[in-house]
Amino acid sequence: MDFDLSEEQQLLKDSVDGFLSDTYDFESRKKIAALPGGWSPEVWAKFAELGILGLPFAEEDGGFGGGAVETMLLAESFGKHLVLEPYLATVILGGGVLKRAGSAAQKAEHIAAIAEGSRTFALATTERHSRYDLFDVTTAAKKAGASFVLDGEKAVVVHGGSADRIIVSARTGGSRRDRGGIGLFMVPADAPGLSRRSSPTQDGTHAAEITLSGVRVDADGVLGDPEGGLPVLEAVADEAIAALCAEAVGAMSELTDLTVDYLKQRKQFGVPIGGFQALQHRAAEMFVALEQARSMAMFAAMTAATEDATERRALASAAKVQIGRSAKFIGQQGIQLHGGIGMTMEYKAGHYFKRLTMIDTLFGDADHHLAEVACYGQLVSAA
Amino acid sequence: MELRFTDEEIAFRKEVRAFIDAKLPKALREKLAAGHHPTRDDIVFWQKTLNDKGWGVAHWPVPYGGTGWDAVKQYIFLEEMMMAPSPPPLAFGTSMVGPVIYTFGSEAQKKRFLPRIASLDDWWCQGFSEPGAGSDLAGLKTKAEKVGDHWVINGQKTWTTLGQYADWIFVLARTDASVKKQEGISFILVDMKTPGITVKPIQTIDGGHEVNEVFFDDVKVPLENLVGQENKGWDYAKFLLGNERTGIARVGISKQRIRKIKEMAAIEQRGGRPLIEDQRFREKIAEVEIELKALEITQLRVIAGEKKREKGKPDPASSVLKIKGSELQQATTELLMEVIGPHSAPFAPEEPGSNEPPIGPEWAQTIAPTYFNVRKVSIYGGSNEIQKNIIAKAVLGL
Repeated sequence: MDFDLSEEQQLLKDSVDGFLSDTYDFESRKKIAALPGGWSPEVWAKFAELGILGLPFAEEDGGFGGGAVETMLLAESFGKHLVLEPYLATVILGGGVLKRAGSAAQKAEHIAAIAEGSRTFALATTERHSRYDLFDVTTAAKKAGASFVLDGEKAVVVHGGSADRIIVSARTGGSRRDRGGIGLFMVPADAPGLSRRSSPTQDGTHAAEITLSGVRVDADGVLGDPEGGLPVLEAVADEAIAALCAEAVGAMSELTDLTVDYLKQRKQFGVPIGGFQALQHRAAEMFVALEQARSMAMFAAMTAATEDATERRALASAAKVQIGRSAKFIGQQGIQLHGGIGMTMEYKAGHYFKRLTMIDTLFGDADHHLAEVACYGQLVSAA
Repeated sequence: MELRFTDEEIAFRKEVRAFIDAKLPKALREKLAAGHHPTRDDIVFWQKTLNDKGWGVAHWPVPYGGTGWDAVKQYIFLEEMMMAPSPPPLAFGTSMVGPVIYTFGSEAQKKRFLPRIASLDDWWCQGFSEPGAGSDLAGLKTKAEKVGDHWVINGQKTWTTLGQYADWIFVLARTDASVKKQEGISFILVDMKTPGITVKPIQTIDGGHEVNEVFFDDVKVPLENLVGQENKGWDYAKFLLGNERTGIARVGISKQRIRKIKEMAAIEQRGGRPLIEDQRFREKIAEVEIELKALEITQLRVIAGEKKREKGKPDPASSVLKIKGSELQQATTELLMEVIGPHSAPFAPEEPGSNEPPIGPEWAQTIAPTYFNVRKVSIYGGSNEIQKNIIAKAVLGL
């Protein structure tokens, strides 16, 4: 048992923290958010240069062989700086499907393109009524010779408006909530029949509604077994959950620090309000919530490679529950303890709160995952 | 970063478990698992068993009888004992006064007291709290005056846990009333057989007798029973209170209780079906299990950090362990109450007046008393409100 970072991990953390501290302050972020698509190609190119876009891919696929702990370090730093770039969408989600289901040729082409920063991805799984169930798919994929034809609608696809390629989950067989009969299809954003409407989201990123109407996908766009895409999606979702947990910890940690600093500076009744015990205890409770969340983000990273899929999913769910609970508490109290200034768009605190709130809705909120743990989890095994 | 234990640590866990399986009588184990308190003899028996193995004071420095295990092994050892469950060690000796004596005591005190703490030939109790000094412990009023070659102690202590069995008590007493309250306190060892000491039981809301009042009426104590320097007792008390870090979260106890919840919920019914099949109830268990897993990792992080910290300086983040650990001990007893429902009602006194068995299922008897009793864990050892003060000041700098 060991919680220390290796030398390489420490270097990675320092270089990303250093880059973001130098360039990604809150004012720069505001400018980036106003760019078309809501992220900066310049920052993206720098990410490629730092090597982090190829980080979680195997060396033989053109990556750097990083694992979940490396992703955790990156994501925590992204959370601290409220990074808007499509790392999750492209590297973790798009790349996550490719590295698990892609053929040698697909990996060779697309993972290389991700790593060098020349291609972005989005993963389109959510539908109007699927909520957080990855297997609840109505978008249809009809076989037509060696190709498939996609018809349906996908909702709130993160960075779906700017992605070069969209990976779509679609039903090749079975009925709406069957676990089998789900395929994964890679569609160029300019494919005939694909239309998308993008919108900024509450936390400053962007998401799109994507309509597929007779979109033809040839064999080179079919990722893995067209009947057996769900286990791939679930594994990708768990990797994304671990990354989101770490991102949330970064955001929670900054918001807690920001709040404690404010309590020390803000004077009312002639004294800093941090001297009042009611507020001290609230801040202490934020610290407790943060440490519990930090532990579970580490837990999620360190158990991400669990072989048994049912167990792995339950562990990821457990982490997401803790992160959801802690994030809601820290987010809400962070605003409350700031008072009026916390309510303003121009101040940083609210943006952490909003990102934390949106993270809860990505890949399952706390209640969704609590039900999963209740069904499948055995965190305390029977004697 | 690696969450898994090393092969050596896994082998160590097996060794501890095998030892417990071989030496802890089944009947005692079952009695404790059912929520009954260990007797004085149970606690002494188990301490002697451990001590014979060389594990009686595992966490002490090697010259005084410790094992030299690192923090991870200490944690594994304690967790196995909690999960067994075995009688808990008598913390007042092994975790409280023992470390104070080997750190600040005289050579004569070390020789005289330490081996008898390890073997539990001396049963120690704690004389800290007073009716007027709880969270504000430094406000204590019990006085020790130097008269000839003795201290003469007058005053009253309270919440003295298991003082009814004690051979010795360590007392914080005021030895200088003219200075700042923290600077006039001394740490004195007192033989419970000394004339002038009266122990009166306090019955707690669970019906049990764990705690006592201890009265001191002109109690004469040899001067040599002062530990360290006169008027430095507050420093030793702070050392003592901050000393017991590994295991403060009692994760093993809560784990054992979660297993019990699941077992019992398979027997009890709601809506004509086992309660364990009820989704809402399963979610309540899951909620506690998740917090407990997070706490376990937090605890391991604190332990891992201990290797790097200055010796004897506890991590202020360990207040997190106390707060969350106590909340979860309480949450698990609350769930057990929910499991047993109406059958929690029959009250069976610990020392029954007749041989007539109480009504209701036998295993239900301890559940309500345990629930009531465990409210204490967020009060003792620095209440959770005090722990939040510590976090606010020592961690957050407020």
